[in-house]
Amino acid sequence: MKDLISGLNKVFESRIRLGIMSILIVNDSFDFNNLKDALNVTDGNLASHLKALEENGIIRTKKQFIGRKPNTSYFITAKGDLAFKEHLNALELLIKSQ
Amino acid sequence: MENNLTTAEDLKTIRKIMEDSTKFLSISGISGLFMGLTALAGALVAYLLSADVRNLDLIMWKLVTDAILVLMMSITIAFYFSLRKAKRAGKSFWTPVSKRLLLNLFIPLVTGGILAVILMVKSEFLYIIPVFLIFYGLALINAGKFTYSEVFYLGILEIITGLVSAIFPSGALFFWIFGFSILHIAYGLFMYRKYEA
Repeated sequence: MKDLISGLNKVFESRIRLGIMSILIVNDSFDFNNLKDALNVTDGNLASHLKALEENGIIRTKKQFIGRKPNTSYFITAKGDLAFKEHLNALELLIKSQ
Repeated sequence: MENNLTTAEDLKTIRKIMEDSTKFLSISGISGLFMGLTALAGALVAYLLSADVRNLDLIMWKLVTDAILVLMMSITIAFYFSLRKAKRAGKSFWTPVSKRLLLNLFIPLVTGGILAVILMVKSEFLYIIPVFLIFYGLALINAGKFTYSEVFYLGILEIITGLVSAIFPSGALFFWIFGFSILHIAYGLFMYRKYEA
């Protein structure tokens, strides 16, 4: 049992973080507003989860201006890609084992 | 046990989000039905117009106007029903996916349109309808990557119709009706029954 759980990554222990990762793993990049629409969450909530993921090196950001509005795009890092896939595998193992 | 349930739910949510963020699923089957009927009406007008053979040049331009009207109507119908479906499902219409879909749809479509205009200006009327059908099919195949996979298969059928119509250019009106009416109506009904009814 210990082996099954050891593959799970603490960074992804949140529905919203799982949502963010699910989007970024199949899309090159997504900006803040589009993430907000897709996940149906509030600004503050999304921002804090994005920050946590960024601090862990799971995602990276690119800030730019579109016209006069600041716009932040989010990308998955190589480390994040690997970590998320491992997490998914662990989840799958956990289900299969029962 | 409860933990297992939420894990299963998590996986389900992950799969759904992955699909929703890469596929635009607000395309409506009903729009296919109405696009087919519009094309049928357009074909009827074209048939009536070409029965009058006194002034060939004028007829050509009347037919072009007819085709452009059908095209504009079809685009309006497609947008209207997609917007409606998105609104009803509480989803937004302008997403990164829908923009990618439109870009991939319109590149072959506009290319085909420009080629058709070039053929027309050069008075090469024979292959205008095959060109339209083939490029429309290519546009659907390109756009099919971002929506229901049935759109891809509709594109294949349009290309086949276009190629066959190039072998029999005198049957242009028949292939026009088959490609733009019958296929659209059949597709619309199929999609409506499969996903919306």
